[in-house]
Amino acid sequence: MGEFIQFFQSAGVTLSDKLLEVVYILIGLVAIYAGLRNLTDKTNEKRFGSAVFWCVLGLLFMVGRWVPSTWVGVLVIVMVIPAIFHRVGRGAGGEPTQTEMQTNYDKIGMKIFAPALSLGVMALIFALFTKISSLVGLTFGVVVGGVLLMVFSRSNSPKVFLDDSRRMLDTVGPLSMLPVLLAALGSIFTAAGVGTVISNLVSGVIPEGNVVVGIIVYAVGMAIFTMVMGNAYGAITVLTVGIGAPFVLSLGADPALIGSVALTCGFCGTLMTPMAANFNIVPVAILEMKDSYGVIKKQVPIALIMLVAQIAYMIFMTL
Amino acid sequence: MDPTELLKLLGIVIVVVGFALKLDSILIIMVAAVVTAVVGGMDPAAFLDTLGTSFVSNRSMCIFIMTFVITGTLERNGLRQAAAALIRKLKNASAGMIASAYGVVRVVFAAFNVNFGGVAGFVRPVVMPMEQAAVERDNGKISDKHLEELKGISAGIDNVAWFFGQVLFVGGSGGLLVQGTLAGLGYDVSLVDLAAVQVPVAVVAMIVAIVYYNVLDRRLMRKRAKLVAAASASGSASGEKDAADAVAAAADKVTEAAERVAAAADKMASAAGTGVDDAAGKGGE
Repeated sequence: MGEFIQFFQSAGVTLSDKLLEVVYILIGLVAIYAGLRNLTDKTNEKRFGSAVFWCVLGLLFMVGRWVPSTWVGVLVIVMVIPAIFHRVGRGAGGEPTQTEMQTNYDKIGMKIFAPALSLGVMALIFALFTKISSLVGLTFGVVVGGVLLMVFSRSNSPKVFLDDSRRMLDTVGPLSMLPVLLAALGSIFTAAGVGTVISNLVSGVIPEGNVVVGIIVYAVGMAIFTMVMGNAYGAITVLTVGIGAPFVLSLGADPALIGSVALTCGFCGTLMTPMAANFNIVPVAILEMKDSYGVIKKQVPIALIMLVAQIAYMIFMTL
Repeated sequence: MDPTELLKLLGIVIVVVGFALKLDSILIIMVAAVVTAVVGGMDPAAFLDTLGTSFVSNRSMCIFIMTFVITGTLERNGLRQAAAALIRKLKNASAGMIASAYGVVRVVFAAFNVNFGGVAGFVRPVVMPMEQAAVERDNGKISDKHLEELKGISAGIDNVAWFFGQVLFVGGSGGLLVQGTLAGLGYDVSLVDLAAVQVPVAVVAMIVAIVYYNVLDRRLMRKRAKLVAAASASGSASGEKDAADAVAAAADKVTEAAERVAAAADKMASAAGTGVDDAAGKGGE
């Protein structure tokens, strides 16, 4: 606790970091609220698993910084256990009805775009004009949007916001933790020296010190790995450690450009693979199409053009 | 190279094969992590320590939980209805133009992290009926083949716009993952820079998609015009009137069905649409 108070009083910690820690505490509270509501939700068959998952997640956000990281590691394991055993689910109800949404639209109309856009606008304003993290700006945008929504309609009480955020968390479920868990996997790879092994292997195949070849292998590798795995987030973790860093970034290429565009090269792979069922196969079912690959076929030409365009963009900006 | 070194790649093999076999994603990641730690010679304490340190320093990737405080309530207050009204302003556009307009709206809102439904929540209930109506403006029913093509185009523009749009959002999960991955390798990059380099990419992607899909749409409309001409040339004068009536009746039925479908899809969307889309979005394209 003393460390906690010290952190917020310390002059050595930037205002941005202090505020960001407050944001994490708020996120923790939202997750714990979702966990507790699930615990008492009789319509949720998996209420205990769900409660453990969301409450531990919330706890990790609130105390993660203040307890030894070995304990945090243990808590992460505790959190994922109910998810692995499929004991995280959702209860019934809570969705707005068609009539409710239509009535609210009739009342509020196009003004709804103001709170909807406030998060992005605030994140951008904070990023460009302050020294405070854009994520604090985004949170500020949430507050602004929330106030606007309360002004637009009296029925938007704080409880409505909390229950709706619980509904959203329940809908996305544990899979929403994928990026964080993949990043953790990435750091385990790095700590275990996986990156060195890959780059030793790849250096036998591609010439070292040639940034153009490095970019092409990294970008095409991202697309292919993503097609196989069905997930660009998984691919970027592996390939940045193994190829991006040793064969492109170490040669002085701009890390923001290369890292960011490599991810969208992976997205080109997503557009071409049935492995990304959420985007390419589920829509076929929703739209009642006859050809299972009907969506992918319409995306392949665009994906290939964009892959080439992005490789050219990275090479052009680097040379 | 020492062959035992190759064992360190076991974790990667587990990830690739596991995802490809559609096993439980979280299980794959945890197994790959444990296996890598074991073959890499990390002791349990070091493993837990790395896991914990990484989680705490990557908490920013869960900023989406903060956005949820408002997104569910935005949906409740008619966000999707407003977006539909915006797209419906296009009165005399072709199906290809309707898809393009939807793509532009989708990419702009994706850049602000606003999702109004995706295929389940928006394409099926709003975009498809509009495109179909645009084709049937000549009072003939759309052919199944033509409709199937339009469905592919509409789902395609939805994906392209969403993928390339969300990386424009400062604080989106893709940018945060790249930032976290690069930080682990000793490169510090800002979220604004990660988003800024994507602006030209998104512009080019949208131009490519819009041009390609409008070319396809025109080709479909030319084929349709030929079929209609051939049909009316072969039909007798009296037959033509009957045929027109039959087409109109069929079209009415289609509209009715479309309305029913729209209502059903909307319901489904609030149950799964935004969620599935978001889960997928956060889960990684």
